[in-house]
Amino acid sequence: MSQYGQVQVKNNRYKFRGDFHRLEQHMPIRDADNGWKLVGVTKPRDMTYVHSYGGEAVFFESLSQGKLLATKCENPDCEANGSVFQPFRIYCPDCLSKCAVVDMTERAEKTAQIHTYMVCTRSGAFNVLDKPIRFINVEFENVSTILFSYLLVGEPVIGMRVRPVFKVFNPTYTILDLSWVPADTPAESLPEGFAF
Amino acid sequence: MIKFSDQQLKTPKFMRPVYLVTAGQSKYDRAIPHKRTEELCIDAFKMAAELLDLTPAELKRYIHTCYYGHFADHFGDQLLGEAVIHDRLGLDPLGNVGIKSGGATGGSTLWEAAKAVASGYSDCVLAMGWERMDEVPTDEGNFLIASAADRDWESPMGQIYTGYYAVMAQKYWQVFGKAEASFRRTLAEISVKHHGYARFNPFAHGAMKITVDDVLMSPMVADPLRALDACLMSVGAACAIICDEPTAMELSKNSKNKPLRIWVTAGSHTLRPADRRNMAIPLLPNETASQYKNLGKEFPGGDRYPGFTGFLAARVAAYYGYRMTGVVDPTEDFDVIELHDAFTISDVQTYEDIGVRPYGHGRDYVESGDCYHTNPHTGKPGKLPSNLSGGLIGCMHAVGASGIMQVFEIATHLWGRWAEIHGDKNRWQEFGRTKPADWTDLQVKGAKRALSVSHAGVGSHVTATILMDPDHLLKKDA
Repeated sequence: MSQYGQVQVKNNRYKFRGDFHRLEQHMPIRDADNGWKLVGVTKPRDMTYVHSYGGEAVFFESLSQGKLLATKCENPDCEANGSVFQPFRIYCPDCLSKCAVVDMTERAEKTAQIHTYMVCTRSGAFNVLDKPIRFINVEFENVSTILFSYLLVGEPVIGMRVRPVFKVFNPTYTILDLSWVPADTPAESLPEGFAF
Repeated sequence: MIKFSDQQLKTPKFMRPVYLVTAGQSKYDRAIPHKRTEELCIDAFKMAAELLDLTPAELKRYIHTCYYGHFADHFGDQLLGEAVIHDRLGLDPLGNVGIKSGGATGGSTLWEAAKAVASGYSDCVLAMGWERMDEVPTDEGNFLIASAADRDWESPMGQIYTGYYAVMAQKYWQVFGKAEASFRRTLAEISVKHHGYARFNPFAHGAMKITVDDVLMSPMVADPLRALDACLMSVGAACAIICDEPTAMELSKNSKNKPLRIWVTAGSHTLRPADRRNMAIPLLPNETASQYKNLGKEFPGGDRYPGFTGFLAARVAAYYGYRMTGVVDPTEDFDVIELHDAFTISDVQTYEDIGVRPYGHGRDYVESGDCYHTNPHTGKPGKLPSNLSGGLIGCMHAVGASGIMQVFEIATHLWGRWAEIHGDKNRWQEFGRTKPADWTDLQVKGAKRALSVSHAGVGSHVTATILMDPDHLLKKDA
């Protein structure tokens, strides 16, 4: 009986359990316009990757707890000293010193606004977001960078005030656990699984 | 990094003159089920030899090292695909290396090849690029391309690269384009132009005789961009042979190809646009700081550089390339250019990054008619024709080959062989395409200098390749 592949870290090593790949039959590709001659074969494959978040794991864990973490360069000798980075950067891009982790949830609630956006009607394979997808970039006061994310409720407009929402019920532990809604959205209007 | 040191901004220098002596390409198409990738590469190589009136075996004798551009291993389901091609070309035991920089892979391949000759390591090298994008369905292709975005912070959102790029397009559209219907029509004109020029290019697979309204009525992909604003997804290969001066002279002695001086420069910027920080605009030789003082007033929201409206990597590639070669004003100093028109709007953004127009005024390059082979307003030759191949929108985007295809195209103008190569009825027939009754010779008459820009996705890598007739250099010691 097949079982989804699961992984734990134990004694600093990955421990694998379950099925990480499935074998499927290759099928011939034939030319319908040329006597059904053989052109090639299909090569089906189903694999599960194992991926470490490394020093960013705390960021993704915190989303499931309703917190938006960022990082800040605190190296007094660095030109970027005091810069807050969102996306979360483990190291300062200028001095490469390890950044301090800061909770910017409140700053996001009070100052986030849409810098730009795009409503996209198409997606690639394995997409799990509903279409059209409302991609947004969010800017914050006193943050050096402009976070890429998606708008969960409403239609985006440049300059629109938004606030973060978090998938705290059945989190995916991916960036999809963070989304945004117009700042005046009431809690009861949030889609299932999300909370302020 | 938001401030640059003098060492970082040093004008690059080749240790000796480097020449492009020939180039070749395969047919391009959305799918080529009856040919393996190496067959396409061999087609391109044979063409390069043919343009020198040499056999492939004769040309191979000169090659010392090989540079292979192949962006996506997972498209071809073959790691070390470069080794496969190298073996099938019969070039063992020569040293070879694979180069990957997203959409700029072709340009980066030329960059490495040119440096190998410039340094003296090799006297003659092969730069070959290809992509195989027909062996997965389109939605899986989009997934694979999206894998080039940040896998934790971007690609889970939609698995579609267009979306990550398009937020920047939207910002440009609103800030510099002011969301004007007239600008939307200007963008559509670019699509009409590139699909139209592709009609005269037998290698191209996006040939279409369309109107601005056709573009505006095509399916919406990501507002304001529609299906006909986007580049093609292609299969094909292109190559170039790059040499030192003695080898170039020897290889070309029986050919119509005059060896062309070649320079390639490169820039980069954050893979995630989200990581962009504010900085001063690095100025090109035809710009002054004062001209941008009121940019934010003229275009509210446009005072953040590069923000989401400019491509720093393209600006930096041009910054190095112009200083290296003595280019002051690209519109005056070049005769023809090929730009990386992934989308109509990115074409406009690039006009500004490379100084064809100042920031905020890219649309004027189209609206003035300067970008056409024949200016539609005056009936006279365009000031600086662009993408006469059809570009990525009309000709092809087989990622690893695209930057090399562009250089092939501008070289044919400098060689004065555009009509011979693109008008050959046997080639049209061989590719199973019909040469249009109104086929038009797009040769830029008297072309002596040209530029091509190869660009990755959201601007993470960009290269600028400059070709010049050696008798028409702008700087003696370039």
